[in-house]
Amino acid sequence: MSHHIIEVTELRYSYPDGTQALQGVSFRAVHGESVAIVGANGAGKSTLLLHLNGYLLPSEGKIRIGDLPLTRGTLLEIRRTVGMVFQDPDDQLFMPTVYDDVAFGPINLGLPPDEVEMRVTKALGLVEVPHLKNKPPYRLSGGEKRRVAIATVLSMSPDILVLDEPTTGLDPLARRQLIGLLKNFRHTKIIASHDLDMVADLCERTIVLHEGAVRADGPTAEIFRNDALLAACRLEKPLSMQGCPVCGKDRT
Amino acid sequence: MANDSQLFNLNYLDVLSRQDTPLHRLDPRAKVLTVFIFICAVVSFGRYEVSALLPFFLFPAAMIGLGNLPVSYLARKLLVILPFALLIGIANPLFDREVLVRIGPVGISGGWVSCCSILLRFALTALVALILIAVTGFMGVCAVLERLGLPRVFTVQLLFIHRYLFVLTDEAGRMSRARALRSFGSRGMRLTTFCPLVGHLLLRTIDRAQRIYLAMVSRGFTGSFPVRGRLCFGSREAAFTLGWTAAFIVLRLVNVPQELGRALEGLVR
Repeated sequence: MSHHIIEVTELRYSYPDGTQALQGVSFRAVHGESVAIVGANGAGKSTLLLHLNGYLLPSEGKIRIGDLPLTRGTLLEIRRTVGMVFQDPDDQLFMPTVYDDVAFGPINLGLPPDEVEMRVTKALGLVEVPHLKNKPPYRLSGGEKRRVAIATVLSMSPDILVLDEPTTGLDPLARRQLIGLLKNFRHTKIIASHDLDMVADLCERTIVLHEGAVRADGPTAEIFRNDALLAACRLEKPLSMQGCPVCGKDRT
Repeated sequence: MANDSQLFNLNYLDVLSRQDTPLHRLDPRAKVLTVFIFICAVVSFGRYEVSALLPFFLFPAAMIGLGNLPVSYLARKLLVILPFALLIGIANPLFDREVLVRIGPVGISGGWVSCCSILLRFALTALVALILIAVTGFMGVCAVLERLGLPRVFTVQLLFIHRYLFVLTDEAGRMSRARALRSFGSRGMRLTTFCPLVGHLLLRTIDRAQRIYLAMVSRGFTGSFPVRGRLCFGSREAAFTLGWTAAFIVLRLVNVPQELGRALEGLVR
């Protein structure tokens, strides 16, 4: 099962304008692990995610996905292995109907039509929206768009899911449902987010990025109890771990 | 913002294209080819031709009937585009003042006749193009255009315009609302703020294009769009295309209203 491993070693990246976005990031996520990447705006989260499916290639350092090092030659295989869900579903849903969109990846993988059909049905079933099949994406609500965006990735049977801010713009119920959904997935998950309550619910491990470097890496509960660390990285304890505003009692 | 009531209401055309009538079931290639021949026939008339164009309305009328399309909706769409055709035709009466036809004491100049001809042609071609999309779907039309040899770059371009038009108008709408809310009367509405606004919109669009492209390559995009559904050009398609083409050729060569008029005249005598 070594497919599901992500290994990042001493990753450095600077943008063409000279901004040093990543300055030596290293971590390793193993099969089935759910890892949160948190950090302030501009800490390098998005840049890191863009490396994981090879959209950006490291200036220095190495990335291994499963058995493969990330190079130009392995890009196709790696993009199949790593399913990337973007922050704005409108960027991800570009085909005229939901069906076409979910089928886009499998067709490009060269699968036969009946296999494509099966995968689309299965992916839409997994995110519980099979009825949206023939709708155009711009007609969907925010929550539906998000689910379909996840389905477009699931239909390629990725081993690793990378999600960028999956809960932004969702109403409380849609957010709660999405968290429930993600909990059921057995993939290795990398989730970048500011929604620390979701992180506390979903991820057993958290990596804190600060100014392009890993500031802390450990069990989520431990990291979120470290007030000094959170403050230094411009973060706050998740609301569910803060004291009750009415009775003043600390829950942790 | 209610995009549906704006612009073209393209979305409704898509809804129409998902109907199930004999015309919708026809292979898209037959429809695109027939429409192409129709447009060629209409455009090839001389510039003072009016009467011979009229029988061509038979084709859109038949398509509307067979395809179960709402006439009022199509008529409204035509009105939206009408100003563009008027812009082209309206100068003719000013330049071409030679009297061509006399009805009693009133002389009608060649300019008015050619302007009328332009409007008729515009109505015919635009109407048929709208109908084509309403019975084939935008995706279907694009797929056929590609099969018939239009470079892929153009068809992919068309598909993206169709998909992101709403996103773009939404974005532009939000920006212009943000400006309107803080401009207090006319001070903020000058050209000096308009230009950066448009520039900003362009930059945002480029950013978005970048992200969409990223989403596409992550899912194995290599330059071609997969087309769903099988195509089958059978005897029904052949009959449709050949039948209408024959009709267009006859209508192009014979001025039916004129001939009818002559025949009536002969009868009266």
